[in-house]
Amino acid sequence: MNSQASLFQYILKIADNQLILGHRLSEQCSKGPFLEEDIACSNIALDLIGAANSLYIYAAAIEGENKTEDDLVFLRSERAFKNVLLVEQPNTDFAYIMCRQFLFDTYDYFFQQALQKSNDQTLAAIAAKTIKESTYHLRHSGNWIIRLGDGTPESNLRLKNAFTNLWCYVDELFEQDAAELDLVAQGIAVDTQSIKTQFTSHIAEIMQTAGMEIPSGIFMQSGGKKGVHTEHLGFLLAEMQSVHRSFPGVKW
Amino acid sequence: MVKILQAKEVSFIWDILNEIPDPEIPVISLVELGVVRAVNWVDTQLEITITPTYSGCPAMRMMEMDIEQRLRKEGITDFKINMQYHPAWTTDWMSDLTKSKLKTYGIAPPQAHTKQRIGALISDAPTEVACPQCNSVNTKLISEFGSTACKSLMKCNDCLEAFDYFKCI
Repeated sequence: MNSQASLFQYILKIADNQLILGHRLSEQCSKGPFLEEDIACSNIALDLIGAANSLYIYAAAIEGENKTEDDLVFLRSERAFKNVLLVEQPNTDFAYIMCRQFLFDTYDYFFQQALQKSNDQTLAAIAAKTIKESTYHLRHSGNWIIRLGDGTPESNLRLKNAFTNLWCYVDELFEQDAAELDLVAQGIAVDTQSIKTQFTSHIAEIMQTAGMEIPSGIFMQSGGKKGVHTEHLGFLLAEMQSVHRSFPGVKW
Repeated sequence: MVKILQAKEVSFIWDILNEIPDPEIPVISLVELGVVRAVNWVDTQLEITITPTYSGCPAMRMMEMDIEQRLRKEGITDFKINMQYHPAWTTDWMSDLTKSKLKTYGIAPPQAHTKQRIGALISDAPTEVACPQCNSVNTKLISEFGSTACKSLMKCNDCLEAFDYFKCI
């Protein structure tokens, strides 16, 4: 893979995470546990999709095939999406949704912080913008982890189940293939190993405050970064892309 | 001669941009909000550089359209609007006058020292935000995410009014 092609793939990986999680969270719009939380989830979804939008504009420019951000979002098929498996997992209860947010937000916060130092000026600038929003997201989901874990026996149990079910997707966040490691060597991509300690210690701190234990003996899943997804992504894309596929070229 | 004419026009452009209200908060202009970063003539084309407040803010598209419409009204048809990410928009760019306009409108303005405020990763409710209605600082954060991306929802414990707080980023 030449360096432009690996950069394109790298931007897609970052953007796809933001987009797919943003879309998942947008499905919660009008279903929040109470009005303020409903608004919070919709706001965060909007931030995530907005960050993805900036990245897709850049990715389209790097690809140089005269495509737009809409083409990348609405006309790619499942295997071409490079998001991690964590973000495509469907919404169940609120504890699960917040647990998914918390795991991603923690990763994203340290990732964006590191990406600000990228030699690629556009990626660094978008990261500097995104980190401001990521900070609010992480504070939001972290507070919910504490509130739910330290809440009623029911909320504690639900959160415990959420961590048990989602923990298998944690390691994939830090996976890097040869092309990406090459970008790390060039100072463009983030060396994910360098942020793993910060990730682990923040998760541990919040979980401890919440009275949660880190699940052990979990078999780790991966594949999303290679385009091999769980069955859930296909359904998500079918819905997300339906309008654009029914009315090709439609703008809104 | 041409150069002198263009120099006048740049300040004129800033003036007319300063008349375009923010689509969500009509008491302040796009210039006061800090969204307009630069105005330049490149040969015969006018280049306007703007920066997003929040990356997903739906009002950004609206702001671009408002700028376009206003320029056309002035007979300027050859222009380009560039989106710039660096430096990232911050509420620190708002002047005291802009902040006082927000307050009069009923929105508590952002507090200074943004960097310190947004850095905390665990619960960090803004302190001493004065209620825009009664000025009491006995206020409480209800949610960090409010009616738009840029606002938190707060409540005054004295006059009991809920109010928007323009959050620091």
